[in-house]
Formats: sequence, structure tokens, C-alpha cells
Amino acid sequence: MAMLAQVRSLTMRFGALTAVDSVDLSVNSGEVVGLLGANGAGKTTLIRLLLGLLRPWSGEALLFGALPSMSTRRRLGYVPQTLGLYDDMTVQENWTFTTAAFGSARACMPAGISGSRKELVGTLPLGLQRRVAFAVAFSHKPDLLVLDEPTSGVGPLSRARLWQDIRESAEHGAGALVTTHNMEEAEQCDRLVVMVGGRVAAEGTVAEVIGSRTVVQVTCDDWRRAFAVLDAEGLVVQAQGDVLRVPGSPKQVEALLARHDLRGAVATVPANLEEAFVSVASGQSRR
Amino acid sequence: MSVVVGGDGAGKSTLLRALVGLVRLSSGIARRPSKREIGYVPATAGLYVDLTVDENLAFSGRAYGVVGSALVKRSTELLERIGLADARTRLGGQLSGGMRRKLAVGIGLLHRPALLVLDEPTTGVDPVSRAELWRLVSAAAADGTAVVATTTYVGEAHRASTVMLLEQGRSIATGSPSDIIAAVPGKLGVVRSTSQPEGLSWRWGTTWRVWAPCDDLPEGAEPRQPEFEDAVIIAALADEQKV
Repeated sequence: MAMLAQVRSLTMRFGALTAVDSVDLSVNSGEVVGLLGANGAGKTTLIRLLLGLLRPWSGEALLFGALPSMSTRRRLGYVPQTLGLYDDMTVQENWTFTTAAFGSARACMPAGISGSRKELVGTLPLGLQRRVAFAVAFSHKPDLLVLDEPTSGVGPLSRARLWQDIRESAEHGAGALVTTHNMEEAEQCDRLVVMVGGRVAAEGTVAEVIGSRTVVQVTCDDWRRAFAVLDAEGLVVQAQGDVLRVPGSPKQVEALLARHDLRGAVATVPANLEEAFVSVASGQSRR
Repeated sequence: MSVVVGGDGAGKSTLLRALVGLVRLSSGIARRPSKREIGYVPATAGLYVDLTVDENLAFSGRAYGVVGSALVKRSTELLERIGLADARTRLGGQLSGGMRRKLAVGIGLLHRPALLVLDEPTTGVDPVSRAELWRLVSAAAADGTAVVATTTYVGEAHRASTVMLLEQGRSIATGSPSDIIAAVPGKLGVVRSTSQPEGLSWRWGTTWRVWAPCDDLPEGAEPRQPEFEDAVIIAALADEQKV
């Protein structure tokens, strides 16, 4: 497995702010790596360093074993959150422009978008715009994909189809680094890297990131009053229909409910990825 | 709490605007409480970026008749809840995206509406702020407020008692998340292969999910109980087949 991107002790400071703090990260051929983090955790700065748009304060970011340059950029497919397409040009014009810039003018436009080749990109629905952005970024068969919130705003079916494109590239040997706030999307990655305050706070498969974290699940006839009680205690309680999930110890929750004459079933259940992420990001200790 | 799930252009915002009476209906009826009893937070706004946090609350308070000591008391309570008690003099535009959304929802709750209508309250908001936002919304629901919210994140539908899936302006499924799963026709299977299996299939991680509406799963497919996300994709596929 070839290492496509490698980041070693990478640090980036802006004045007093350390946006990226001694980060190590790698993306291998055939692998989809999810980069998670709250806003301000340093994801975008890390990506800009990797793309060569910023020079690191210390440490290094290597692409295909070399420092980022025009020749490494040729092997890179980048889809920014804002898509990077020209809204006032047609799908065909966008395609022609990008493939010419990458020297891949003989590439063939995928069937999924060729039906819209004469339409202005700005007039297409967002799901289709994203497919065009993917097709354009994938047209020169890049070795490394960097995708920033690739499916933000699109419906479930369009999302599944975009993931089909990502997986297909990975199966042909490309690697992908994907940032997302969408936990269903994160669960599809081979490996996750969770950034908190510029540092890598957790990494591994979904199961490894969740680890042995648990939450307390409360099923109570009067979920509304139970919610109010737990909420007033300052617990980050979440309602799923009439079932409540809350970090903490079952004993503490049971005692709280009993004190307010609330009867219900209290059980310790494994945390889901979102709960684990919130726990990592808010710096709670591993249970 | 009701949640409407759909992608860009599905009609979520128009549905909410029709519900609160901002657009005239071509047909049908929308029954709702009076305007004073509705708190509506649109997707892109909900506050004024050139007013301070306090001024935003006071402005909305005036519009809904929450003034004087009632305004001070309710504002303080809400700002403490959303962690903005020390930011009263900051401009709306100086707040982070997550904070801005929380304040917008807070403003929507200021007059204790009977119905809270939220258009994509969590789009682009990171999971930490999202959990805080939903806690605020669920607390209002626990307090008796009816909530209708839209989202593009399928996972957020689990928070609702009733879900509606919206696709190209049409409702393609409604019910509790478990009702929607139970209503999936045919069979779902998993195929571990790099090439796409026959039939209606989509990628999930390194595997394929394949849906057989007439129970005829392709050879080699391992049957699987659908999860909510599968049910949502199947509803969209079924709808696409019909169209």
C-alpha cells in the first residue's frame, strides 16, 4: 500500500493561535480517511497545508513523498465545500476548462452528467452540481482525493451515489481524505481522524473511536418531565422520540429520577459515533 | 417533534413557509396557531448581524409583546441556556455559525410559542453545537412546544416522533422512524464485491446494499434488516422507479 499523503509533526500558527498542533496523519492507496472535528478544530488549515496553499510553521506535509508543488497538484483531485465550479459556465465548459488545465482533455464525461452538458452549472440542483464537481475533480484520475464536506445539503440517494464515486476511485488505488460533519457519512470511512483544538484527539476505525464509551438510556412514561429533570442538572441530554440518552453514570441518573418520583428503565448502552465524537470533542474522559 | 428530511430542492423551506403562512397555497389547507403563537426560524437568517445579541432579543421581544421585566427575565434565561450570557453586547455577525444558529432558535423561543418552526437549524453546524442545539429544542418540546424542523442529515430524524421524507415537493414516506423501517417493501441484502450487483443497489462503505422490491435478492446477497438510513434510500429509489 503506497503512502499518498503523509503529515509529520505538522504545526501551523497564526499569531497567538496554534491552528494545527503537531499533527501526524497518513492516507494510503485504496483508503478513505474521514477527518472529523468541530468548527475551528483545524481541519481546513490542515487541508490547506496538505494542498500546499499554506507553508507549515514546523513539521512537514508530504504528497506522494515530496513537498507540495505543481507536479504533486497534478495528481490531486480537490473538491472544496464551495465546489470550485464556474456557475456561469455550462457543464461542458467547466469540464473542458478543467481537463485542459490538468492535461487530461481526452477524458470522457461520465454518463450521469453528460445529459446536462449544455446547462449552466448555476441552474442545476445542488445534488447534480456536486456530481459535476466530483466528475471534474476525478477527470484526470487523481491518486489522492481531498473532499471538503462532499455531500453537504444533498438528499440521501444523491449522497449514496456520490459515495459510489468515492469508493470506485479507492478501488482503483486512489486514497481519499474526506471532512464531514455527517456521522452517517463518517461511518462509511475506513479510518477516522478526530481533531480537537488543532490536535489529533482520537483515531482509528469507527469502533475504535467509539471504544468502550457508553451512554445512559432512559425510557420513562413521562419523558418530558424526565428530560426537564436531567436537563436542569446540566447534563447534555438528547431525546430520540420519547427515549432519552445522556452521558454519565446510570446510578446518578437513577438517583435523579427517583428524587423526582419518576419511574423508568435506565440502561447503559454503547455510545454511537456522534455521542463518542461529542465526548472526545468536549474533552470528557474515556469511560 | 416532527422532522422533515430531504435534500436541497426537495421543498422543505416552501413546506415550512406554507405552514406558517408566508406563501399562499395553490390548494389544500394549512391549520396553524395564530402568528403570535408561532416561532419561525428561517434557514439563512433568524437574526440581524448588525444588531447586538441584546438588541436582537429586544427587537423580537417588541414584535411579540415581550417587553420590560418579562424581556429581561426571559432573555437572561435563554442566554444562559445557550451559553451567550457574556456576549450580550456582541454583534450577531461576530458570532460563530453554531452560536448564531443557537441565538436564532433562542429568539424563536423568546415569546414561548405554541409552535416552533425551524428550517435546517443544524446544516453546517458541527456535531458539538448540534447536540447543544437539539438539547435546547428538545427542552422546548418537553415544555409542551410543538416543534417542526427540517434537516438534510438522515441521522437527525431519530430525534423525532414523526418523520416526513420529502423528495421533489412530494412526501414519499411519513411515520415514526420505526414505522418507516417497518413499511419497507421487499428485501434488503448486502453484497461484498467490488462490482455493482444486479438490481437496485447503492454503496455502503466497502460493501453494496441491494434492494429487491419483489423479494428476489440476487445470488450471494446476504439478507439484512433495514436500518433507518436504508429505509430512506429505498423510499427514494422506489419513488424514482415510479416517476
